[in-house]
Amino acid sequence: MNRTANPKELPLDDDNGPLYVAQKKVYPQSTSGTFRRIKWGLMAFCLGVYYFLPFVRWNRGLGAPSQAVLIDLPNSRFYFFFIELWPQEVYYFTGLLIVAAVALFLMNSVGGRIWCGYLCPQTVWTDLFYAVERLIEGDRRERMKKDKSSDPMKLERISEIVLKHSIWLLIGWWTGGAWVLYFNDAPTLVKELVTFQAPMLAYVWIGILTATTYLLAGYMREQVCTYMCPWPRIQAALTDEWALNVTYRYDRGEKRTSVKKAAELRALGQQVGDCVDCYQCVAVCPTGIDIRNGPQMECIQCGLCIDACDNVMTKIGRPKRLIGYDNDVNIQRRQEGKAPIYRIVRARTVSYSAIIAAVGGIMIYTLATRSLLDVNVLHDRNPVAVRLSDGSIRNAYTVRLLNKSGYDRVIAIDASGPVNATIHVIGIDSVTPDRPMIVVPRDSTSELRLLVTASVEGNPEKSIPVHFHVTDIGLGEVASATDNFVAP
Amino acid sequence: MTDHHSDIDSVTGKSTTGHEWDGIKELNTPLPRWWVISFYLTIVWSIGYWIVYPAWPLISSNTTGLFGYSTRADVAVELANLEKIRGAKMVALGAASLADIEKDLALLALARAKGKTVFGDNCAPCHGSGGAGAKGYPNLNDDDWLWGGSLDQIMQTIQFGARSGHAKTHEGQMLAFGKDGVLKPDEIVTAANYVRALSGLPTRKGYDAAKGEKIFAENCVACHGDGGKGNPEMGAPNLTDKIWLYGSDEATLIETISQGRAGVMPAWEGRLDPATIKAMAVYVHSLGGGK
Repeated sequence: MNRTANPKELPLDDDNGPLYVAQKKVYPQSTSGTFRRIKWGLMAFCLGVYYFLPFVRWNRGLGAPSQAVLIDLPNSRFYFFFIELWPQEVYYFTGLLIVAAVALFLMNSVGGRIWCGYLCPQTVWTDLFYAVERLIEGDRRERMKKDKSSDPMKLERISEIVLKHSIWLLIGWWTGGAWVLYFNDAPTLVKELVTFQAPMLAYVWIGILTATTYLLAGYMREQVCTYMCPWPRIQAALTDEWALNVTYRYDRGEKRTSVKKAAELRALGQQVGDCVDCYQCVAVCPTGIDIRNGPQMECIQCGLCIDACDNVMTKIGRPKRLIGYDNDVNIQRRQEGKAPIYRIVRARTVSYSAIIAAVGGIMIYTLATRSLLDVNVLHDRNPVAVRLSDGSIRNAYTVRLLNKSGYDRVIAIDASGPVNATIHVIGIDSVTPDRPMIVVPRDSTSELRLLVTASVEGNPEKSIPVHFHVTDIGLGEVASATDNFVAP
Repeated sequence: MTDHHSDIDSVTGKSTTGHEWDGIKELNTPLPRWWVISFYLTIVWSIGYWIVYPAWPLISSNTTGLFGYSTRADVAVELANLEKIRGAKMVALGAASLADIEKDLALLALARAKGKTVFGDNCAPCHGSGGAGAKGYPNLNDDDWLWGGSLDQIMQTIQFGARSGHAKTHEGQMLAFGKDGVLKPDEIVTAANYVRALSGLPTRKGYDAAKGEKIFAENCVACHGDGGKGNPEMGAPNLTDKIWLYGSDEATLIETISQGRAGVMPAWEGRLDPATIKAMAVYVHSLGGGK
């Protein structure tokens, strides 16, 4: 692990050297095994959800969007299956972000950078782009050979390159296309897109996402993780000695030597490692590092080196998992001759789980008990109160009725508090004078000006609480708000 | 600074920059090429930006950029478009009758929104931002109206004003009974106490009610009517209610009777378009004081 270098071999160590270094291109080799299968599975799942979710339908009744997941920006509504959120309910997203962040911490404390290795969009799309590249240009050795070749471009090579970039752009385009479908009715928008009737903004966003997907997954690749992403820096602070990380078990790896020599040395009873220095773990690594150098910032812990090493260990008849999910504690313990212990339940994971459960529980509770009928009241400030010619007092309020349900409601408005209070809503002639009624259309709000008149003669109070009740005549659902009735 | 050319970090095998803090040395790690290129590109971009967009301040103007692009012109275009959209709605407002506007919640909301804005620009200096009024400037939220509080009457007052000089303006004058020598000072005190009594306010000790009634009948009934109920035709206030435009204390009443009152409300016809005046009438009526 520790090595010294001759300064003369290092071209960049003097002040006259270049200011920057060119990217060292990584040529990951294909591999197969448990973790590769998990990655394929998760990739299919994640991309499947992303690309096809906008087409899932959800019946919300007449006139309402029938898309299961829809961000309706013009009308400021967010639809998620049976949930419909209004702009003033964005705190649910805050809750979701808290849960997501803590879930990330929990993943990290249990199994390291699971997010980076398997679920991060950058990883998923880069993996997909590599698969395309491999299919067209061949595996690691062929790609390296083709890139190094100084031959003039042959037609075959040119067509390979054109095909690869075309497929990459196609994936990028589909990625952008799926993105805009979340903001509009998907089937309608698809039709508009192909007939060039869609809004300019849709094309612009498809263009932006096509470009970013193509650039980030096709060219930037591991550099996004190394230079752009803050997570590698943060995760170092979140991991502890019990977290399972992709680890080179150096206790059974050193010292490295060839298969033949190792067998000879073992026969002589000497200490020798299982690692045969075949560099397979380095060849398959998408970030181009050597895991045997210990935990590194660049390592996204995708587990491909585990698969690669397992394949070699199987071939040479040594036990698998020379590289595996493990922690430093266990390596120390094995060296001391103790059995490894895995501790998933510990203060850190329990507290993360508790936070997730608490925030999630509060969110589910508020979501389940939230009212679909609401009333907001704002007292007039200028004038606060008006004296009428007969000496009684009148206060004016701006009342906003919110009907969050999927059907029109007939709402009756009552006010109580001051003695003998009468109410009047501007623009509404009620059959029952003291109980104005109004129809609030589905999924909308109505703003009304409401006047409360009362005599406060003999009342020493300058301010009396007044309660507004709005009742859905059909269902009997009630919402209330309280304000004050003020004397001049 | 030490000679760092041969200063190699033993763990990574990389050379160091020679900088050292508390025993921690900085590795000499060059930037990635793409990063440096991006950095230079942003500089080039910013120079382009300076040239293409209006950016540089000159002594009395600024550079105009290459393509004549201006955010101000953009705003003007957007405002014009907005006016177009609103214009169509205002046509609907202009076509509807006053009573119909109040019955249609959508038109009412539009009239109130438009009326509120115009009220703030034109009426608020006298009547207050919420129409609460002030001494001498009527409160538009209460139910006492000098010139009548129906929708049509309010609209008429807004259109033509009061004592505004417009041909159709409301006319009406509270005479200066003291200044013009019609009433003697002690008669004015009696008259002031009489009108206080009309709305149930306490009167001064020694006040002669019969004398007050006689003075009122001879001088005030012509405008304020029998019993002082007022007359919206002449803008004569009701003297029996609890609302007083200039105040109900004796000193103020003596001043009113002695000097007379003649508040002026300008005519808005010609200054505001008919649809806007209509919106304002509906807005004022909906403040709560309308009858």
